[in-house]
Amino acid sequence: MGWRDKKINRLQNPNPLLYLLSLGLVLLLWQGALLALEDSARKFILPTTAQVVTRFLRLVVDGSLLQHTGVTLLEMGLGLALGTSTALVLGYAVAHSQVLAHLLEPIIVTSQAMPVVALAPLLAIWFGPGLVSKVVVCALIVFFPILVNVSAGLSHIDNGFRQVFRLLEATRWQRFRWLEVPAALPAFLTGLRVGGTSAAMGAVVGEFVASSAGLGYLVKQGQNLYDTPLMFVAILTLTMLALVTYGALGLIERRILKWRSAGKT
Amino acid sequence: MIASPETLLEIKNLYTAFVEPEGTLEALEDVSFKVLQGEFICLIGPSGCGKSTLLRTLAGLLPPSKGEVRLRGIPIRGPEHAVGLVFQQPTLLPWRTVAENIALPLELRGQPLAERQQRVAELLEMVGLAGFEATYPQLLSGGMAQRAAIARALAQNPEVLLLDEPFGSLDALTRERMAAALLELWQRQQRTVLMVTHSVDEAALLADRVVVLSPRPGRIIDIIPVRLPRPRDPSLLLDPRLQSVVRELRQALKNGELQGNGRNSQPKA
Ligand SMILES: Nc1ncnc2c1ncn2[C@@H]1O[C@H](COP(=O)(O)OP(=O)(O)O)[C@@H](O)[C@H]1O
Ligand SMILES: [Mg+2]
Repeated sequence: MGWRDKKINRLQNPNPLLYLLSLGLVLLLWQGALLALEDSARKFILPTTAQVVTRFLRLVVDGSLLQHTGVTLLEMGLGLALGTSTALVLGYAVAHSQVLAHLLEPIIVTSQAMPVVALAPLLAIWFGPGLVSKVVVCALIVFFPILVNVSAGLSHIDNGFRQVFRLLEATRWQRFRWLEVPAALPAFLTGLRVGGTSAAMGAVVGEFVASSAGLGYLVKQGQNLYDTPLMFVAILTLTMLALVTYGALGLIERRILKWRSAGKT
Repeated sequence: MIASPETLLEIKNLYTAFVEPEGTLEALEDVSFKVLQGEFICLIGPSGCGKSTLLRTLAGLLPPSKGEVRLRGIPIRGPEHAVGLVFQQPTLLPWRTVAENIALPLELRGQPLAERQQRVAELLEMVGLAGFEATYPQLLSGGMAQRAAIARALAQNPEVLLLDEPFGSLDALTRERMAAALLELWQRQQRTVLMVTHSVDEAALLADRVVVLSPRPGRIIDIIPVRLPRPRDPSLLLDPRLQSVVRELRQALKNGELQGNGRNSQPKA
């Protein structure tokens, strides 16, 4: 396994020194931009690093950052759960029923082309300005990549493997548990990583449309009040959230799919 | 007719046709023969003549259009533990290690873990894969993967082992080594084996009897006994007695082709 693993690791965990360097570069650009701006403009356009940090600390101390992050996380989590479970059930059904596949294919293809976030205002009308409308946006965003990946993963199972399970007189449940689940798992996890990462986007857009809490709400409020430090804090927190989600899903993926790194060229 | 006691498999007037929208494709025509307990039978015939179809029928994966297959006198109606099949491709599950792949039939039957592990260790030893239990199949060479597939088929302890060109994708040297290993395995176990091969040398070396099939639809041209002493090993390949069997097999194959060319598959009653 040796060298290939190392190569993968190097791509996924960049050198920490370089990482710090690129962070420093960004801060440097920021300071440069601050110097280039007039004092009066600076106030409205670009906060100083110190302003952002103090703002961040204040929001942490009074607990509001945690509260808004919690709201967004809850929307994302529920949306992910709803979208994933629906997509799994439907993906399995589509892969096993020709009729359903033909019936749903045009719908799926069309809705994949549709930018789901455009639905957010409509969903706000249907489900109100509360939690539900954001959960639905997130769920829709997560739904399509998982549905497509899972049904493709299931229908591309090697016919030879199916024959093996028939030969061994596997029950329907055994075939599901020992063949279909592991065979479709890589495709599912890819879909989950794609969908899960964009779930944050769904939650934020939902909050832009109508909300009274959440990180997207903070961004919107910052815009209304010309409070750029607040916007910076909210945006950076969202970025961290997406990075953590991506990282966690990637970690799960590598854990579960140990076998994939074994000698695939 | 009552089967004699040592008859393990009886194939009676087997016809298999695939009905497709473009028409009916006849794959097997009136195939009948018996396989005795402990016998090693090789099946040869031109490619596409229905060899895999015959094995799949014997394994209970494909119902025949006409005729039947009996195992110890009882008609086969579906897959059975007593019949093991090794496909042309190893078909090892890539997400399972070698040991887990071999354990699959036992796991599906709900055998307890401890028993399973012991059996798998025995099988790994038997096919010469000890030390590779934790390896994923993607890392095995073609020959090793095929040995793992054979071990998986043996896991359920079948009375008859069907092998569909198991060495077809291997290079000549590995192929000969695998044939030697199979020969040794069979000589130790005296299990009944029915193996499809496209190598007449391999057939003559391994088999007690060789069933020669015609081009599609596959009919039996001849069943040629190989009267060479056992135990055998690959050094026999140079033996004039074996070479005369090889000549006989080649002649039978050629006869089959000639008959096949003169005769387009006529409609049957
Ligand atoms: N499931 C199937 N449906 C339709 N035709 C098939 C099927 N399986 C095999 N055939 C056809 O039957 C013939 C015999 O196939 P096969 O038994 O695989 O030949 P062999 O193993 O001797 O090369 C071939 O013409 C093949 O195309
Ligand atoms: Mg074949």
